[in-house]
Amino acid sequence: MIASFWLIVALPLSAFAVLILSGNALGERRSGRLGCGAVMLSAIVAAIASVRFLRTPPPNGYLTGTAWHWIASGPLRVDLTFRFDALSLVMVLVITVVAAFILLYSVRFMAGEKDYGRYFAFMNLFVASMLLLVLADDLLVLFLGWEGVGLCSYLLIGFWYRDESAVLAARKAFVMTRIGDTALLLGIILLATRLGSLRIEDILSMAGNAWHAGAALPAVVALLLLLGAIGKSAQLPLQTWLPDAMAGPTPVSALIHAATMVTAGVYLIARLHGLFELAPLVMRLVAALGAATLLLGGAAAFAERDIKRVLAYSTMSQIGYMFLALGAGAWTAAMFHFVTHAFFKALLFLAAGIVIHSVNGERDMLKMGGLWRKLPLTFAAFTAGACSLAALPVFTAGFYSKDFILYSVAASASGGIIPWFCGLTGAFITGLYSFRMLFLVFFGERKIAPAPEAGISMLLPIIVLAAGALTIGFLETPPALGGVSLFSNHMDGILGSPSLIAPLAHDRLALLFLAAFASLAGFFVAWQRYLRKRRLFERFVKAPAVMSVYGLCAMGFAFDAFYSAMIVRPFSVLVKLNKADFTLAYSTALARLTQTAHALLSRTQNGKVRFSVMGIALGAALLLAIGIFS
Amino acid sequence: MTPIPFEQILLLGTVLFVVGLAGVLARRNLILILLSIEIMLNAAGLIFIAGGSKFHEPDGQVMFLFILAVAAAEVTIGLALILAQNHASRTLDADAADQLRDR
Repeated sequence: MIASFWLIVALPLSAFAVLILSGNALGERRSGRLGCGAVMLSAIVAAIASVRFLRTPPPNGYLTGTAWHWIASGPLRVDLTFRFDALSLVMVLVITVVAAFILLYSVRFMAGEKDYGRYFAFMNLFVASMLLLVLADDLLVLFLGWEGVGLCSYLLIGFWYRDESAVLAARKAFVMTRIGDTALLLGIILLATRLGSLRIEDILSMAGNAWHAGAALPAVVALLLLLGAIGKSAQLPLQTWLPDAMAGPTPVSALIHAATMVTAGVYLIARLHGLFELAPLVMRLVAALGAATLLLGGAAAFAERDIKRVLAYSTMSQIGYMFLALGAGAWTAAMFHFVTHAFFKALLFLAAGIVIHSVNGERDMLKMGGLWRKLPLTFAAFTAGACSLAALPVFTAGFYSKDFILYSVAASASGGIIPWFCGLTGAFITGLYSFRMLFLVFFGERKIAPAPEAGISMLLPIIVLAAGALTIGFLETPPALGGVSLFSNHMDGILGSPSLIAPLAHDRLALLFLAAFASLAGFFVAWQRYLRKRRLFERFVKAPAVMSVYGLCAMGFAFDAFYSAMIVRPFSVLVKLNKADFTLAYSTALARLTQTAHALLSRTQNGKVRFSVMGIALGAALLLAIGIFS
Repeated sequence: MTPIPFEQILLLGTVLFVVGLAGVLARRNLILILLSIEIMLNAAGLIFIAGGSKFHEPDGQVMFLFILAVAAAEVTIGLALILAQNHASRTLDADAADQLRDR
């Protein structure tokens, strides 16, 4: 049982080693088979391990296995230990299954690409790092995976390295997430020095004993960890890298920048929830950042024209929901939304990839239109994804997870009516932009003649993911709709459930209807505006105030310009001033001194015999003088 | 016949040595440099002989025989080198043979 854990990580890692060492010598067929097959095998092993885990659950709710000791320094021990519990089970299953389908899709999608082998190598390294991240029982091992996924994100955003914008986007993503990573590392170091252990189990139990709730130290640690999480998960104010990261290949966006890596921050907070519970102020900050990000991300997605950037803003916004839930202490709801989001967002990205391929790489939605006749299966899958994203009631997975979040936020002690209302407004905006995207791309008049739909190897993944996006929500349904609680039964044992004290806890049905109403209203407005083209809206959007707000949304709220003016430009001015680098003056002076001395000495080597004789004579005279006079 | 005082022989030897050294330093003709070296060797030999006679030791004369042998060998090799140098660059100027200079 324990033995299978390292196999889950080792399979993609060894595929990476083979692929990267062979360069492109393997050829497309074999690279694709190896890269995709390793992750599929890993998914199968993960599924078997999960079934065994669920059938015979261990008494204390988790299994651990140590592969080897990594560091033993004084009291600090770091082991490469895997930990398998309900939380990592869910993460591992989602990562391997979604990654397997995305890689299957990539086999055809990336065909004819020059660096086919390199693509699959990096994707496998990513999957291995991500699995290490979620299986780690030690914060330092988790950090190893954390940096690994960041590296792969950088490498894959800049996959088309001949394209300058892709390289700049990769660098931006790397630097922005690095800000968060540094904070995370500081937090880990603080934990190691204060608690003397980095094992997650120890940290959670020791922190509860050593610190009391509301003290300064746990707040500082939680704040540092939160900074790391928002960097990775593209939340305010470190979110600007995510839309630019869409310069990478579409399956990369689907896997890394939608389904898995960007949710690492959510996982981190859920994993260390005991620490965050000791810092109620930071929890409130988590909820506030989540609420702000979900609103701003939704608004930016509504104003964006590039289909992939719409999806990127939407990812930000949906992760904002997860943060909102985390901030309210609804850990299980956040993880449930992670699962459904992984399915429908990966599906939307993959379907968008097919659409972009068929219209010759055009990404502007206003230049598409009327594609549903030519791409019927893609259209069907995309509709399923858009409905799930918009959380249309009853038949979509997104509805159940979003309702779960909204209910928990409204009813939990650390939530409240204001964050709930932000979430509800966000649900309306989500419905609006989801269907705006659907209507602009697939309905209306056709502007570009699309190529025929792709083959079965690209359609199968999106069909499977569409099935998931519609049905996976039935794992956890509200009491009014069956009251299934398969997901929370297993999750609450690890994460604990939020204390529901607010009076709203009894109005579950009313909250359910309000959530359903918000998304349906979004759908209705989008329908009236983009399909029926009502005059009312035309006049509304022409108003100057609306135009300027819309422009601000389309710019992503000018965060880029702000950071450029406040940080990037002053920094580059400093860099220009210090072009000679005064800190290096010491070492360059040493080098110059040696060079000058050498030039002087080398002048004595003039090749003249008589000069050498004079040197010998003077030297002998000097030695004699010393001998005589001393 | 009164013996020549030891100091005078030392003085003569020193003068001879300095004359030889000055010749090596000032002359540019290779043959004359070789000649000057011979003068320096003889100066050293002279001082050895004088020392041997002053302290009534045979070592001084033994050393002089060694110096003679060394001088003979040195002249043989030196002349051969001069011939080779003359052959290569058609000159006997010592300063012309400065191919070992740094720049």
